[in-house]
Amino acid sequence: MMNNSLEQVTGMELTGAEITVRCLMDEGVDLVFGYPGGAVLNIYDEIFKQKGFKHILVRHEQAAVHAADGYARSTGRVGVALVTSGPGLTNAVTGIATAYMDSIPLVVLSGQVPTGAIGMDAFQEVDAVGITRPCVKHNFLVKDIRDLAITIKKAFHIAATGRPGPVLVDIPKDITAQKTAYSYPESVVMRSYNAIVKGHSGQIKKAAQMLLEAKRPMIYSGGGVVLGNAAKQLTELVHLLGYPCTNTLMGLGAFPGDDKQFVGMLGMHGTYEANMAMQHCDVLLAVGARFDDRVIGSPDHFARESRRIIHIDIDPSSIAKRVKVDVPIVGDVAAVLDEMIKLVRAGREKRDTESVGNWWTQINEWRARDCLRYDRASDIIKPQYVVEKMYEVTGGNAWVTTDVGQHQMWAAQFYKFNKPRRWVTSGGLGTMGFGLPAAMGVQLAHPGETVACITGESSIQMCIQELSTCLQYRTPIKIVSLNNRYMGMVRQWQEFFYSNRYAESYMDSLPDFVKLAEAYGHVGMKIEKPADVEGALREAFALKDRLVFMDFLTDQSENVFPMVPSGAGISEMILAEDL
Amino acid sequence: MRHIISLLMENEAGALSRVAGLFSARGYNIESLTVAPTEDATLSRMTIVTRGSEEVIEQIVKQLNKLIDVVKILDLSDGSHIERELMLVKVRAFGKEREEMKRMADIFRGRIIDVTEKTYTIEVTGPGTKLDAFIEAIDPVAILETVRTGASGIGRGERILKI
Ligand SMILES: Cc1ncc(C[n+]2csc(CCOP(=O)(O)OP(=O)(O)O)c2C)c(N)n1
Repeated sequence: MMNNSLEQVTGMELTGAEITVRCLMDEGVDLVFGYPGGAVLNIYDEIFKQKGFKHILVRHEQAAVHAADGYARSTGRVGVALVTSGPGLTNAVTGIATAYMDSIPLVVLSGQVPTGAIGMDAFQEVDAVGITRPCVKHNFLVKDIRDLAITIKKAFHIAATGRPGPVLVDIPKDITAQKTAYSYPESVVMRSYNAIVKGHSGQIKKAAQMLLEAKRPMIYSGGGVVLGNAAKQLTELVHLLGYPCTNTLMGLGAFPGDDKQFVGMLGMHGTYEANMAMQHCDVLLAVGARFDDRVIGSPDHFARESRRIIHIDIDPSSIAKRVKVDVPIVGDVAAVLDEMIKLVRAGREKRDTESVGNWWTQINEWRARDCLRYDRASDIIKPQYVVEKMYEVTGGNAWVTTDVGQHQMWAAQFYKFNKPRRWVTSGGLGTMGFGLPAAMGVQLAHPGETVACITGESSIQMCIQELSTCLQYRTPIKIVSLNNRYMGMVRQWQEFFYSNRYAESYMDSLPDFVKLAEAYGHVGMKIEKPADVEGALREAFALKDRLVFMDFLTDQSENVFPMVPSGAGISEMILAEDL
Repeated sequence: MRHIISLLMENEAGALSRVAGLFSARGYNIESLTVAPTEDATLSRMTIVTRGSEEVIEQIVKQLNKLIDVVKILDLSDGSHIERELMLVKVRAFGKEREEMKRMADIFRGRIIDVTEKTYTIEVTGPGTKLDAFIEAIDPVAILETVRTGASGIGRGERILKI
């Protein structure tokens, strides 16, 4: 990159603020999401003077990090956020933790009080490194100007490689004013961090053999396939084998949602067929997934049926954490799958097609229960219907972000993603307020594309202030709010497990979202009848250069099915017909 | 099962808190933890004594390995190793007790490193179990103060933890 810069040749020195900005440019960053404050004023002054990247001014630091996160999830590149010390940093923590739980590569730069003031309870001082330690992949406090450039380089390197994650660089204000010679390192070598892992060939051979012998095979893939850019390989392998495939919430899009081998999402709100097949398969291939509690439910119940498990993951600590594994393969998912594809292609003839045929018959019987069925004749808008229609209207080509709750699950169940990275949701942390700022990040990274945020009337209020940012940067996001006047998911749990005692889950005193959207300079629409749903969606999505807030008044009593109660086994689902 | 895990990590500010934080955040228990720089000043060596099932220990080792500052790990309990801990015990040593305390210290190959009219301070080194035995062996009312370093460990023979 800009290694032989003028400064280096002439021995000119740059300030820490200049260096910070130059590092971002030399790293090829095109967008920085941030919010200024005292500790980062020197950096902002340099941002003012440069043209290498665009700074997006959010309205709350949480949104800066979510937006950088949406950018990262949808592009595969490292997202960058910049916040000031103290409250700037604490506001960012929810965003950082959200990214951490879903292994999203971010570099968050935070201002800090001057080095001499650290520990003195200075104005807007917090221990940023201490506060974020449990929710970052790594963090740094820069105490010497000479370490600044290499630290930023390391931050990008660590964030993007291995199992990705957010990295925080905390920069004291005096460091941004001091001067030193600048050169951006082209690469870093860290003796304590080696992210490149090649899967063990012997294990891959064993796994391929096991897959080819399977009678009731199942392929279960997660967010790791998306993060590892291995959707192509996964799809090829599943097609070569002819076996059923399920995706986790984080993995949607890694295998085409409309493929006949796709049995839907699995887990707490997974399909009947996916969950039953997980429980009853004899060979399970897990790829870039981590058997978490929302996915396989109780591990003891899961272990009651015997099956052999092959587990591919880049992070060894994800393997054998909640379930015992027969063939662990630690390595880059794409490379491991490439190797596996070769072996499977050569040995395809050995598959037990008769047993697998019977297995498919069984799976199709499960499918026939049509577990996602809902009342299509209702004269109240069904939330599922809105998502289904949105899928039709957008031709399945939208980039979709969500908030957290019932709407998130309906979006996952009813919008079929055929490509990875188009589905952007907070899976691990389940952060309400994620949807709108994440959609900004996606839209800014993909101008001209259709970006929708499926949300609920409660979640959207958690970062509603970003409607202002959306106007400033003209991000024509389509907000599809499934307004049931409840924290629907909370209400559902209260209905099922707390005898209908709806403690504090009713959303009273809602704003007029149409007027609110208009007040922020956008288009608002209120849709109250099923017959108007499709027309409204068509009209809204046709407004290519406007943000449209669609307030759909949906059925207040609708529940998400199937549902695996927390702590139960994956096959112990509550189905719509059970109630 | 009790495990003694040795690790080398970058001698960076905050490295210790990353390890301590990992143990508390994930609910692993720490019996003792010792840390000091090595002959290579850029590296610290840490010895952690912990307890857990095989699965838990496997996770502990994997999670420690994930810490960016950790360079290398060895579960010493996987093979033969030596473990030593140092204890300083201040005891009442008055009249007849003086002779008795001296005798006990000798039996445990301890050394008396500080003497007053009424007290001895005894230094004892050895595996933790030996230090426990020493405490057991002396009259509890005579113990005024104890301080232990926590275990340090090293592999036997060719088992070397070095980068
Ligand atoms: C920041 C945050 N606070 C609380 C929760 C707990 N929670 C999960 S879903 C939910 C209700 C969401 O309501 P809404 O956005 O209206 O969506 P719905 O479930 O009705 O579709 C709540 C409160 C959360 N996930 N995130």
